[in-house]
Amino acid sequence: MTRRAIRCGTWITMPEWQADALVLSTRPHGEGSAVVTVLTAEAGRHAGLVRGGSSSRMRGVLQPGNRVRASWRARLPEQLGQMQLELVQSIPALLLDDALRLAGLSSICALLDGSLPEREAQPELFVGTNALFDLISIEDSSNRWLEGYIRWELGLLDAAGFQLDLLRCAASGATDRLAYVSPRSGSAVAEGQAGEFASRMLALPAFLGGVACNRHDYDAGLSLTGHFLARRLFGAHNQDIPAQRRRLADMVTGIYGG
Amino acid sequence: MDNAVEDLIKKMARIPGLGPRSARRAALFLLQNRERLMVPLAREMNDVATRIRACADCGNLDTGDVCKICIDTRRDRSIICVVEDVGSLWAIERAAVFRGLYHVLGGTLSAIDGRGPNELHIDRLVKRTGHPEMAEVILALSATVDGQTTAHYIQERVAGLPVEVTRLAHGVPVGGELDYLDDGTLAQALKARGKLG
Repeated sequence: MTRRAIRCGTWITMPEWQADALVLSTRPHGEGSAVVTVLTAEAGRHAGLVRGGSSSRMRGVLQPGNRVRASWRARLPEQLGQMQLELVQSIPALLLDDALRLAGLSSICALLDGSLPEREAQPELFVGTNALFDLISIEDSSNRWLEGYIRWELGLLDAAGFQLDLLRCAASGATDRLAYVSPRSGSAVAEGQAGEFASRMLALPAFLGGVACNRHDYDAGLSLTGHFLARRLFGAHNQDIPAQRRRLADMVTGIYGG
Repeated sequence: MDNAVEDLIKKMARIPGLGPRSARRAALFLLQNRERLMVPLAREMNDVATRIRACADCGNLDTGDVCKICIDTRRDRSIICVVEDVGSLWAIERAAVFRGLYHVLGGTLSAIDGRGPNELHIDRLVKRTGHPEMAEVILALSATVDGQTTAHYIQERVAGLPVEVTRLAHGVPVGGELDYLDDGTLAQALKARGKLG
């Protein structure tokens, strides 16, 4: 925050900040500008008007998933304000050739853009998302970044106040032989405790502490987090889960589901 | 100011590149050159508006149901170049380096703009690609997240067909100096590097 003079001689505080940010979405505004939403650690999900955002020079900077240095200022805190962005690293450029990783990046940005409240600090989520961006940037034919992605979605649910309890069985309290997750409570259930409800339970992937299930871990993991994202995070606001997330799940099912 | 002139200025101000001020100047210029420019322009605009339509095959704009590119027998009918819009088609035609056919998608997949596969002419493209003559589909889409997501989606859709799917190279433009290139373009250029000679 800085102090600036106004003409009548009194001083007012004009809000402004500078921070490292991740571009989440860009919408054209008028003929030459764009409204850009970014994620920062301290300002959280924050939108601003980028003048000249539709220009060919800026279009590359405003791609979702880019790491940027953002400066925002407005006359009053409640205003949209103007944003200036400087490209730090273009993550999408590293993934354009890889359909699955590109779908993953789009899904991350769409989930953050669609679920986070505006202007609330998200230091942990920002650090986690940056780490996931690093992970997704690494070329890996076995797609191990998907494990990180699923853990990140659990973190997103946690940040929104919907933590899943995957460490102990909700029925017996046991911490081993966990196999399912209750679609209602989000708690783990041990292998023998599900009884007649076993077919209605969500599978707990091995990398999250589950015993081996009959689906691939990535497919099962995305079904698990997708269920709670749709029901708790987006369903609570009568919204559908973003199309980008659905596409990622479809692609993973296509690769690992059969 | 007369209402008719004001309406004209308002409508002209909606044209990309023209704001209210420049629309006023343009309208005034037209009015001052009525016989030489305004009347012939109005006639031509009316003529184009009534005669031009989207080609039933590729989506290009032309006077016939099927555009001149699609009916040109000298063009290579085994290659389709997929572009986002007619502007991209015109750009490739201007370069005069491609002698195949085109397919205009009508945009890219974009969740923010609410454009899914059903809003684009992808089904028609798959149908055209299934033609026995077809050998290659060139995806000339933007090097953006939306553009390349669309390219991957099309690749999935035509995966079972006996055609080669290629895309335009991404990298250093002609006359470009490495010092002025952004990191993303440099990364793409390095990834797509080729053997010299």
